[in-house]
Amino acid sequence: MSTLFPTEDTATLERLHARLADDAAREGLLDVAYRQVDSPVGPLLLAATPRGLVRVAYSFKGHDQVVEDLAARLGPRVLHAPARLDAAARELDEYFAGARTRFELDVDLTLSRGFRRAVLEYLRTIGYGETESYTEVAGHVGNPRAVRAVGSACATNPLPIVIPCHRVLRSDGSPGGYLGGLPAKKLLLDLERAA
Amino acid sequence: MTNPPFEQVVARHGATVLRVCRAVVGPDDADDAWSETFLAALRAYPSLDPGTNLEAWLVTVAHRKAIDVLRARSRRPQPAAHLPEAHDGAAGPGEQVAEVWYAVAALPDKQRLAIAYHYLAGLPFADVAAIVGGSTDAARRAAADGMKTLRRQYGAQPAGDRQ
Repeated sequence: MSTLFPTEDTATLERLHARLADDAAREGLLDVAYRQVDSPVGPLLLAATPRGLVRVAYSFKGHDQVVEDLAARLGPRVLHAPARLDAAARELDEYFAGARTRFELDVDLTLSRGFRRAVLEYLRTIGYGETESYTEVAGHVGNPRAVRAVGSACATNPLPIVIPCHRVLRSDGSPGGYLGGLPAKKLLLDLERAA
Repeated sequence: MTNPPFEQVVARHGATVLRVCRAVVGPDDADDAWSETFLAALRAYPSLDPGTNLEAWLVTVAHRKAIDVLRARSRRPQPAAHLPEAHDGAAGPGEQVAEVWYAVAALPDKQRLAIAYHYLAGLPFADVAAIVGGSTDAARRAAADGMKTLRRQYGAQPAGDRQ
């Protein structure tokens, strides 16, 4: 059969896929749009719902797994739709180039609830180049004893870099942990210090 | 258990659905049929039973969309003949539609559909019969007759070489 019906349609399928992503977004049929970008901290997966950016993921876990998790939690109508994430990709590029000190993106915090979400909301107020300790953050969200819970909110941040959990350090000034790995945390802190 | 991200459905079955669309509505309208098929599938996807045979489901959606395309075409004026020079359609750069799809398009309806759903989509003849109507044997005969015609026209020559 393969000799009678040709199978090499890669270019056509790419064009049709892009058209499908556009049509689906226009008709409000996408639960999640995603794309990958390269960055100084490795490949990042960016995902958005119609409400805004919902996920930034480092590649440790495998981006396929991240996409499957998003489908399970937010709905299965998930498409690779790079154009939907152009603005996020551009702002991240500018950030890594030292040309952007705050993100002006709509974000969707659906993936985080309760205390963790309150921590993320607070982290958005820590400015570029500033840092706070886990203890200080716990105090600022109204629960000074919840230092470990602040740590786990940072460790499960669905939007690292954009929501700056890398700006939270240990009280002695050492970096503590980071969901993107310590070299990435150090790179982000150095980048912001240099600017 | 939930259905996989729709992206996986497009990645795994997009090529098959394109071949089915080319066979059923012809290469010139195949892009529109493919787009309508996946848009309709996306719309219905959240309520689809987990564990559904996705390829068979997509083929039935494609069949309905293809019938719509064929009906719409029968209502608009037809060009007198297909000239190979007119086969560019909406294809982008680097895309080439093999001549064999025009030969498939020229087959009688039953043969075309039986070839599309059995040989291109891989459905058993009983399923083909359920989609296009008639008996399993009739579907098998129609597919065999159509393939005979195509093989006579194309012989052992690799597809895509005839322009």
